[in-house]
Amino acid sequence: MEITRQQLGRGDGGAFRARQLNARRMLSGELENDDLDTYVEERLMTTTLEKAANWARGNAFMPATFGLACCAMEMMAIVDQRMDIARFGFEALRASPRQADLLIMSGRISIKMAPVVRRIYDQMLEPRWAIAMGACCSSQGVFNNYAIVPADKFMPVDVHVPGCPPRPEALMHGILKLRAMILAKPDLSWRTRYGGGGTEEFVESELAIDPVAGHSIGVSGGGRMGTSA
Amino acid sequence: MPDATGLELIAQDLRGAHGDDAVVGTLFFRGKAAIDIAPARVNETLAFLRERGFNFLASVHGLDYYPEEPRLGVQYEMLDMTAVDRITVRLRVPIDAPNVPSATPDWPTADHQEREVYDMFGVIFDGHPDLRRILMPEDYEGFPQRRDFPVGGEPVLFTKDAASGEDYTQ
Repeated sequence: MEITRQQLGRGDGGAFRARQLNARRMLSGELENDDLDTYVEERLMTTTLEKAANWARGNAFMPATFGLACCAMEMMAIVDQRMDIARFGFEALRASPRQADLLIMSGRISIKMAPVVRRIYDQMLEPRWAIAMGACCSSQGVFNNYAIVPADKFMPVDVHVPGCPPRPEALMHGILKLRAMILAKPDLSWRTRYGGGGTEEFVESELAIDPVAGHSIGVSGGGRMGTSA
Repeated sequence: MPDATGLELIAQDLRGAHGDDAVVGTLFFRGKAAIDIAPARVNETLAFLRERGFNFLASVHGLDYYPEEPRLGVQYEMLDMTAVDRITVRLRVPIDAPNVPSATPDWPTADHQEREVYDMFGVIFDGHPDLRRILMPEDYEGFPQRRDFPVGGEPVLFTKDAASGEDYTQ
């Protein structure tokens, strides 16, 4: 077998060596004036904060660890070695909705479970997204009866992944579609995205913190859940 | 499993213990023995079978025999774990007075199962300590496993139906 060696960097070896030396001088603070300007210009990229934030969000989803039914098996499979969603940066499944920004509804949602799912979605912090995975929570699939409710009826859904259940590749494709959506569109809350204004559960004045009590609402005593005064 | 003769012997003993009307009928079908009883006699029948070795209430089922009358049925599957024997106790109640004495005080395992039968079929178990819905939301109306209950669900448009004009969205 023939082994070919490739030159590192652009141009000939001399230029590469010069760049290496420049970097060393930069670190020791010897690089000055025009040389320093050139050095910095070669390494900087400008963007807007919003774009950078969206780029980071779109490339680092933290899905909630939340399985509903058989689709959850396929959802687990996207984290394993064969599919390995860590390639795209989505591998950190979070066990708390407060730390998650993507809710994958994997399976059928009964009418008794629907308020729970909605509450978990409400507990997630903006910006947040939701994927309806599988036939049951998109169009009810084989469980089209009195007990099941489609996800669109009680919460905003960004991506529907069809299948019964969908292959893990299909779910990954759905997540990548969501990433493309986030990268393309400016980041908005779901109420703005889907015209859900006026559906807030609480009015602003009720949420105001009582200045006398000093504490925020509903937290009594100390402990890890308590807030500092 | 008691055979057909064994079933008749059990039924005969039951009649001897609790009177001639203790057993409404017997059925031996596909190797499975069943005793039909009146709803009011469920607890004494189960106690009798417990004495006979059927000391494990495996499950409680609800049924809807629509359009037959009386419509609703409850079945108790009894298991003798020593002799590996099974026997079914069956009863029927009309839909306008679906009252059955609860077996829960004697058989704690019947608690959740009777709640499920109540949830799905609307059979009311008198004497149950906590008779409320177990699977459906507590404010749910109707009993969804009754056969005259609408199946429900959402209309779904399939692409094959769009061509024939069955588009529900129109």
